[in-house]
Amino acid sequence: MKTPEHLKYTETHEWIKTEAGGTFAVGITDHAQEVLGDIVFLELPPVGKRFAQGEACAVIESVKAASDINMPVAGVVIAANEDLPKSPEQINADAYGAWMFRIKPDNAADIGGLMDAAAYAGHAAK
Amino acid sequence: MTPLNAAHRALGARMVDFGGWDMPVNYGSQIEEHHVVRRDAGMFDVSHMLAIDLRGPGARDFLRRALANDTDKLREPGRALYSCLLNDAGGIIDDLIVYFFTAEYFRLVVNAGRAEQDLAWLASLKERFAAALELRPRRDLAMIAVQGPNARERVWQALPETRVATEALRSFQGVQLGELMLARTGYTGEDGFELMLPAARAETLWGALIGAGVKPCGLGARDTLRLEAGMNLWGQEMDEGVSPLDAGLAWTVDLASARDFVGKAALLAHPQRRQLLGLVLAEPGGVLRGHQKVATPKGEGEITSGTFSPSLNRSIALARIPLGVEVGALVQVSVRDKQLAAKVVKPPFVRNGKVLEAVSDLLKRPLS
Repeated sequence: MKTPEHLKYTETHEWIKTEAGGTFAVGITDHAQEVLGDIVFLELPPVGKRFAQGEACAVIESVKAASDINMPVAGVVIAANEDLPKSPEQINADAYGAWMFRIKPDNAADIGGLMDAAAYAGHAAK
Repeated sequence: MTPLNAAHRALGARMVDFGGWDMPVNYGSQIEEHHVVRRDAGMFDVSHMLAIDLRGPGARDFLRRALANDTDKLREPGRALYSCLLNDAGGIIDDLIVYFFTAEYFRLVVNAGRAEQDLAWLASLKERFAAALELRPRRDLAMIAVQGPNARERVWQALPETRVATEALRSFQGVQLGELMLARTGYTGEDGFELMLPAARAETLWGALIGAGVKPCGLGARDTLRLEAGMNLWGQEMDEGVSPLDAGLAWTVDLASARDFVGKAALLAHPQRRQLLGLVLAEPGGVLRGHQKVATPKGEGEITSGTFSPSLNRSIALARIPLGVEVGALVQVSVRDKQLAAKVVKPPFVRNGKVLEAVSDLLKRPLS
């Protein structure tokens, strides 16, 4: 299980990367893709829509199961990776390269409440 | 756990609890494992399934009354038959394979999760019919299913001494060679062998099969393969409250002959009410799954098993739907918060590595 140091993590297995300009990129962790198995469907959130923290905003389905992707911090979706639903297996191949959407957070400081790599590794190992 | 548990862990399998058994769901990509079985040779540890030996002068007559399919069809030693084991109400206690060796020796192979119920039911029927036979559960046996177009060749490579005795085996026929049994059966829609052997020898055989180029496959691929092959799974397509007539299994139930069997009166009293057919998702938007509602012109139905089909590269399902809905009809499936169109097809979807023509014609048309 990979947990890169420069990312933040949620209990529901999303990773969050802080980008230049104060936006965040979001994807699912290596642990999540491994548990889900072969991913075959991804529905991205609509660009421009605001979600509360923890709100289900996207759907991912593997051969085994369907799962929600939750908004890591409150904010507005400003971009979605439209290529990813055409080849969702990229998420299995490179979970941290496969960003799903970008958000503009309502409050950039909210990211401070998320887990760092060490805390997430402990959480995922449970 | 099965005798191959350590072997699965050594291969890095993702293990899951499957009705109390610690089983491999996949070793890497389950889609790759699926394709290996369709194109080459893969193997499954199915040691959690139970073989039950029936021996005694009353064995043949007992099975005539206990099983819904007609074991009198079994004439040659080694011949196998698929059958339901019904309760008195005509509900399905389990589905099984029965092998005939002699008039006084048969072997049943039953589902792991139903083994205890099956044994209790068979014991009660033995009392009811005062049958002269011994029921012996064979927990001492391991089972490995080697499946795929090259499966038999690979088994002969790993076990060269079995070749002569098994080359002429037909589909649904097996042979016992000392403590080893090989049968040309499976649960994938592909050719292959199912092997039963003493548990202590399982790991050696598993290693020899890997050495012969057979790829270990988990329960994940086993489920997508059986669904593409249009095969039922107990707990999904059938259970104790479901009649075989409503589960697409009328072909396994012999209602025409004079033979009486457990559940027959109930089946005659309650004709078919629903039909089990296949669905192919006709537009993007998700994956078909068990319990999703199916809206048809004749009323509502329900998906019993759904998945993503690696061979079709689309989602497929088995669904129990009202009578009168015809093959080719468009229906609407509730997938999360959406209604998605699906086409009704006659299972199987795939056999012997090939997508069936009626299904492939449908796939040629682009998604709407």
